[in-house]
Amino acid sequence: MSGTFVGMPAFPQAAGKAVRNPTLRGNLRHATHTIRAKRERAVGELSDWAGLREAGRRIKDHTLRHLDRYLEQLEESVTAAGGTVHWAADAEEANRIVTGLVRATGESEVVKVKSMATQEIELNEALAAAGIRAYETDLAELIVQLGKDRPSHILVPAIHRNRGEIRDIFAREMGEWGRPAPEGLTDTPADLAEAARLHLREKFLRAKVGISGANFMVAETGTLVVVESEGNGRMCLTLPETLISVVGIEKVVPTWRDLEVFLQTLPRSSTAERMNPYTSMWTGTTDEDGPRAFHLVLLDNGRTDTLADTVGRQALRCIRCSACLNVCPVYERAGGHAYGSVYPGPIGAILSPQLRGTTSEIDASLPYASSLCGACYEVCPVAIDIPEVLVHLRERVVEGGPAVRRGNKVLLKPAKGHAAERAAMRAARWAFARPGALRVGQRLASRTRRLHPRTLPGPGRAWSGARDLPAVPPEPFRDWWQRTRGGKDGDR
Amino acid sequence: MNSRERILGRVRRALADVTPETRPYEEAVPRDYLRAHGERTAGETVDLLAENLADYRAIVHRAGAGELPALVMRLLAEHGSREVLVPPGLPPGWLAEDGPVRIHDRAALTAARLDRVDSVVTGCAVAIAETGTLVLDGSPDQGRRRISLIPDHHICVVRVPDQVVSSVPQALERLDAARPLTWISGPSATSDIELDRVEGVHGPRTLEVILLG
Ligand code: SF4
Repeated sequence: MSGTFVGMPAFPQAAGKAVRNPTLRGNLRHATHTIRAKRERAVGELSDWAGLREAGRRIKDHTLRHLDRYLEQLEESVTAAGGTVHWAADAEEANRIVTGLVRATGESEVVKVKSMATQEIELNEALAAAGIRAYETDLAELIVQLGKDRPSHILVPAIHRNRGEIRDIFAREMGEWGRPAPEGLTDTPADLAEAARLHLREKFLRAKVGISGANFMVAETGTLVVVESEGNGRMCLTLPETLISVVGIEKVVPTWRDLEVFLQTLPRSSTAERMNPYTSMWTGTTDEDGPRAFHLVLLDNGRTDTLADTVGRQALRCIRCSACLNVCPVYERAGGHAYGSVYPGPIGAILSPQLRGTTSEIDASLPYASSLCGACYEVCPVAIDIPEVLVHLRERVVEGGPAVRRGNKVLLKPAKGHAAERAAMRAARWAFARPGALRVGQRLASRTRRLHPRTLPGPGRAWSGARDLPAVPPEPFRDWWQRTRGGKDGDR
Repeated sequence: MNSRERILGRVRRALADVTPETRPYEEAVPRDYLRAHGERTAGETVDLLAENLADYRAIVHRAGAGELPALVMRLLAEHGSREVLVPPGLPPGWLAEDGPVRIHDRAALTAARLDRVDSVVTGCAVAIAETGTLVLDGSPDQGRRRISLIPDHHICVVRVPDQVVSSVPQALERLDAARPLTWISGPSATSDIELDRVEGVHGPRTLEVILLG
């Protein structure tokens, strides 16, 4: 991608680029289709799925409606159990708190278990700036970190890498970070996993500080829950002397009993398993078992702004299962990097613009990265109506209107002549020229229609007679992303 | 204003349109789902547990009380274990007097020392049939969380049918949130490389479950 390119690339050009990246497209297609089919089986095993989904939706909605109360209760419970609670209004503050806590231990290394919240605030970068090395310990995150790359899927962040590439990254980079890869490393998954085991074990055994996120926090008991597969989460949560968990404020649930819903819906929706291999639950600190100090950093960073949007707030129900990614026709073609955010796919398209605000070009364009086919809503275990929020956000991009930013009421200007508007026009042209790309959008056209307010906002009016068209082709966001953020991240 | 007040203030302003819920929580959130899936006898529930454990590649054995020590010894021998880690309250009679050297988990032992131990034997708090899950809660027969994590071979004894429940909701009812809990469903695994499920990244790569009853 030329660094001097100005404006969105035209779609034929962008589509050409996608064709020339067969690895990415092939991996994504294989991955999303495999998980999709497995998920359907896992969900089909539970005859009461609809009831669990509805209960999940209601629990989360109820919590959000009384979020202040449950956060205060959570703070009280965690403190009573021996933990320390910190509040971070934004990324910068969260990073400052965590850096300070690590410094206070005198350590210059931490082990980390995958956490989207810490990626969102770019904690690793902040720690590095303070001279602290953060080791990612999920296999996929390790691949991403060693490959000086970015995650492209919530659940399988290295989905864009195949085994040959992973072997090369391990062989080349592991020695830089610690124990080198074994001689003659092959590209079989078992061998690669063994190399990661050896490389990371050394770090776990000497780690004094662990950093995590959490899937759930129980207000009633002060319990935090981390759901994982590999055991690196258990390592990070139990071996270090100090544990720091950075968690978005929307992760709280009121009662212990509420876990009975999410521990059924999350594993089946995400890895399509009856249960994931490991789930850890801890409440404050326990004498002679696990960390002696536990710090919980409660993160706002745009969540309260999202909460102020009466349509958009449902995005805060998300339990990050990634089911919506795997069914999304746009994600399948575009890949996670296209979304320019740690939250890719349909959920990213509604969450990132709200968390960060829709003023940047990439954020203004994200609500267009969808064909509104509705498949994401169907699979979502907390019934987030993603198409509804997308349409709402599109309207706000094009027509402007009131919003809340950093806690303050603002009036957004309509995005006349905005790049997002141009993007949608090009999307329409691109889609018309490619009947195959239309089918998916048309399949669920009736549902789409129900969701559309009046006419399609802005550029959509020009083609509202055919408004069940995919609004945007996948690839341009990827290129756009590389152009707008590539300069910053390209040589990390 | 500190960040706590700032965030709580933002939350309250964001919810200005919301009418507060006046009903008690359990009424406000209807739970139209099952406590367990399907009707089973106690024996059938244990069978389902065995089936689901095996489906996620745990190795399942059954033993009566008298057969237990011999079975454990055999499994340790088959694994070539020279040392076996034991929790502080391992029930007498689970291990035979001879066999591998017993390492008692004491706080003074470093993680690096535990890393040289081949196997660990623990009990569990509850097992969930529908999902093939073992839950450990740090009771004396299970020990600290780290002991079932660091060794590569975990033998877990489940007293059947008493410790077995059908479902996740039933398991949560029995568990105490104040204890550190580890839910284990099969050996450690990853699907991060081209979605092939590979056994054992960091937790024990071999999980053997003995249904004792
Ligand atoms: S939006 Fe729904 S389906 Fe998508 S990741 Fe969140 S919970 Fe899962």
